[in-house]
Amino acid sequence: MDLDQSDTNPAPQVKTKSIGEYLSSHLRQYGLLFALIAVMAFFQIVTDGTLLRAVNVTNLLLQNSYIIIMALGMLIVIVSGNIDLSVGSVMGFIGALAAVMIVNLDQSVPFTIITCLVVGGIIGAAQGYWVAYWKIPSFIVTLAGMLVFRGLSLWLLEGQSVGPFPKEFQLIATGFVPDIFPVSWGDSLANMLEIRRVKHVNILALSTGIVAAAMVIWIGLRQRAQNKLYGIEDEPRSFFIARNVIVAAALVFVMYKLSLFRGLPNVLITMGVLTLIYAFITETTTIGRRVYALGGNQKAAKLSGIKTERLTFLAFTNMGVLAAAAGLVFAARLNTATPKAGFALELDVIAAVFIGGASMAGGVGTIIGAVVGAFLMGVLNNGMSIMGIGIDYQQMIKGLVLLAAVIFDVYNKNKQG
Amino acid sequence: MALLSMQNISKTFPGVKALDNVNLDVEQGKIHAVVGENGAGKSTLMKVLSGVYPHGHYDGEILFEGEPVRFSGISDSERQGIIIIHQELALVPQLSIAENIFLGNECASSGIIDWRQTNRRTEELLAKVGLGEAPSTLVDNIGVGKQQLVEIAKALSKDVKLLILDEPTAALQENDSRKLLDLMLELKEQGVTSIIISHKLNEVRYVADSVTVIRDGMTVSNLDATGGLSEDDIVRDMVGRDMTHRFPEHVRSPGKVLLEVRDWNVWHPEHTERQVIKEASFNVRAGEVVGIAGLMGSGRTELAMSIFGRSYGRNISGSVRLNDNEIDVSTVDRAINAGISYVTEDRKTLGLVLDETIRFNTTLANLNDVSSGPVLNKNEETRVAERFREALAIRTPSVFQKTVNLSGGNQQKVVLAKWLFTSPEVLILDEPTRGIDVGAKYEIYTIINDLAAEGKGVVMISSEMPELLGMCDRIYVMNEGALVGELDAGDASQERIMSLIVNE
Ligand SMILES: Nc1ncnc2c1ncn2[C@@H]1O[C@H](COP(=O)(O)OP(=O)(O)OP(=O)(O)O)[C@@H](O)[C@H]1O
Ligand SMILES: [Mg+2]
Repeated sequence: MDLDQSDTNPAPQVKTKSIGEYLSSHLRQYGLLFALIAVMAFFQIVTDGTLLRAVNVTNLLLQNSYIIIMALGMLIVIVSGNIDLSVGSVMGFIGALAAVMIVNLDQSVPFTIITCLVVGGIIGAAQGYWVAYWKIPSFIVTLAGMLVFRGLSLWLLEGQSVGPFPKEFQLIATGFVPDIFPVSWGDSLANMLEIRRVKHVNILALSTGIVAAAMVIWIGLRQRAQNKLYGIEDEPRSFFIARNVIVAAALVFVMYKLSLFRGLPNVLITMGVLTLIYAFITETTTIGRRVYALGGNQKAAKLSGIKTERLTFLAFTNMGVLAAAAGLVFAARLNTATPKAGFALELDVIAAVFIGGASMAGGVGTIIGAVVGAFLMGVLNNGMSIMGIGIDYQQMIKGLVLLAAVIFDVYNKNKQG
Repeated sequence: MALLSMQNISKTFPGVKALDNVNLDVEQGKIHAVVGENGAGKSTLMKVLSGVYPHGHYDGEILFEGEPVRFSGISDSERQGIIIIHQELALVPQLSIAENIFLGNECASSGIIDWRQTNRRTEELLAKVGLGEAPSTLVDNIGVGKQQLVEIAKALSKDVKLLILDEPTAALQENDSRKLLDLMLELKEQGVTSIIISHKLNEVRYVADSVTVIRDGMTVSNLDATGGLSEDDIVRDMVGRDMTHRFPEHVRSPGKVLLEVRDWNVWHPEHTERQVIKEASFNVRAGEVVGIAGLMGSGRTELAMSIFGRSYGRNISGSVRLNDNEIDVSTVDRAINAGISYVTEDRKTLGLVLDETIRFNTTLANLNDVSSGPVLNKNEETRVAERFREALAIRTPSVFQKTVNLSGGNQQKVVLAKWLFTSPEVLILDEPTRGIDVGAKYEIYTIINDLAAEGKGVVMISSEMPELLGMCDRIYVMNEGALVGELDAGDASQERIMSLIVNE
């Protein structure tokens, strides 16, 4: 190749960006983080500190666990350029199935869990089949699914609530990881910190928080070093430090709060591990990359040798499995399956993903964004409930938050275009 | 008097100074050409002029008819009589010609459309631009050349003083281009001033009264074209050096047959009774560049896409052999794995994921080579993207730029990079130099020669005959879905190709 031809073609100069420019082109990510912090601060103040009490922090995580689990799958579905309206119904149906299997039919808990996850996968696959191979719009297919599975739960439960579940099953949602450190350590730490109300600090939770925070910082630093190596545009140092300090501090803080109550909830582990796995899949695997290509430009993706149909099919199958997992957590938490379980929950899940920055058109969105979006909604729900705001206002406020987030996105995009 | 005077225009995008104190003066009643390399800033300048980038989003001053103007949007500039026809056409395919022409500007009284008047005025306008179609014809059913004329009719419906055409002939066949240029000359007689952006310098010479050359966002020269301007003069200013040859030297010695397509038949995907490709048979030797000439709609793209993973058509039959072995090309990934790659003519809708970066797009068709198992190696991806950026001279601040922000020609290079990275045995190029500047064309030709020198086969579909004649060892001529002739480089000429097409 004749390279000196290009010598006379110098690349345009690259200007290093000012902090202002950087902020304006990354407003979305920071905006979300700030919004979460602001909303938390607001409710912390107006609820006289109830929001961040140890019990409530634990509750907040438990309450939102099933939303977050489903948001992981929904993010992928939405990035692929589709939507799944059936997840609330599927979740309710799986809860009902679990209840009927365990309570009415006396099946073992492990067998029930596996069956439920498989059934969830089959439901997702069945819907994905029509979307992927028959090109029927996902909106229609999953709207049908929403009605079908709502009806099926009613039928399965014969209109009744079924419960309670055995202890073993409840542990999925309400159990806590036992502290592996000696109890006496926790006691003396509580003494040392002079925390009066608490006799015992859960050291496992606290140390998990510290390790997680350290990991966040370590990964951040490594990424930054690599970016420098490859000349990738860098976050200004002050932003990098501020962001990492905030995230690390928040992790330690939340874990500290948990350690003052009953330690690490089982669900938190499930949720955390799933979030990490899905973040990894979407960001650094070929299949994740292909999903973004599919949502970004289906025709171009197809002409690049990507099996677009199979990918869509898999996205829905995965969504079904996660909806089933959420259904199990939900049923275990309520300790009963009701015909109304999961009603309208798909809207919370979808809202979380859009608040997290995903685009209706597909191809855009991140797992972390969706999780933070879900927490934002969760804090709003929780905070407003503590304040005793009626469900009517709650709905309105949530609706407006969603609208504001999306308007912000569009505004940002126009400004850059 | 100058109708338009743009003074010291600067425009910066994050990381890119697209325009740097550009001056442009356009005389009343003249045709003014703006030329420059890909990414020089031509389209950006026209977007500033037409209000796409509103006042306040650029520096500098615009005088129109002697008055300073500040547009806050495209409708603002249209009201003043400045009409732009963008690089990408903006017609609604499902609407009729008449509906498109008066879209947003309907002949209506109190909200009710007067169809009689609409059709009458459409007929007048179509007569003016020399398009013999009924006003009720759907835009979808006419070719790109005619669509371009509809765009101009639409502009004329708005009382145009300054008509801006951004690469109007890039997607046109030669005779359609000629028609369009003649129309511009005719409009000039009627007092319409035009600005044309084009990479086809022969056309610039044909219509332009004056030429402004832009390089790296700066005005390099203003040339007077009335006294006869040579292409070489323009090229020298464009690329900043003399370019004596348009095609790189090459000596080729094709080996044995590499790709052999036999009895290829394809039917239309929707109109199932229509056969689009009829008994096409052709071959490519190792180290050979084979051209496919033909008119627009003759089935060249359909032939290529139906071979490439059955991406077009139905009831496809025939055989494809590579190195004497029958290969499976029934899906795109099988075709790629077998060693065939296809560079689309339609980079925006079929070639790129526009919202993603250069790096993302470069590796998309060959993720296996930048991953271990299912895990991507992003650093390797960056290295690959950088390598192609350098080799193809893609103008961008970094490979992390979104492709939507690249100039048209640079987008084309990214698509090319994507397919070169699949290391194909046979590369099928569909209009590979559409919208590409002379210097970059030369680079792409060089790459094609290098591929041939490595013993690969190249199929080149092109509407630019000089390009086929300058690059190919053999040229097939296609007409109405059939390969109607085959010429060796030595015997081929523009006339012989045309006569093969016409004789059918
Ligand atoms: N929205 C944008 N964001 C960032 N950079 C942009 C944007 N639009 C254009 N650019 C950059 O500005 C420069 C000029 O682009 P422009 O489209 O004006 O080039 P051009 O002269 O029309 O090229 P071509 O002949 O390839 O169409 C290019 O480097 C391009 O990458
Ligand atoms: Mg352009």
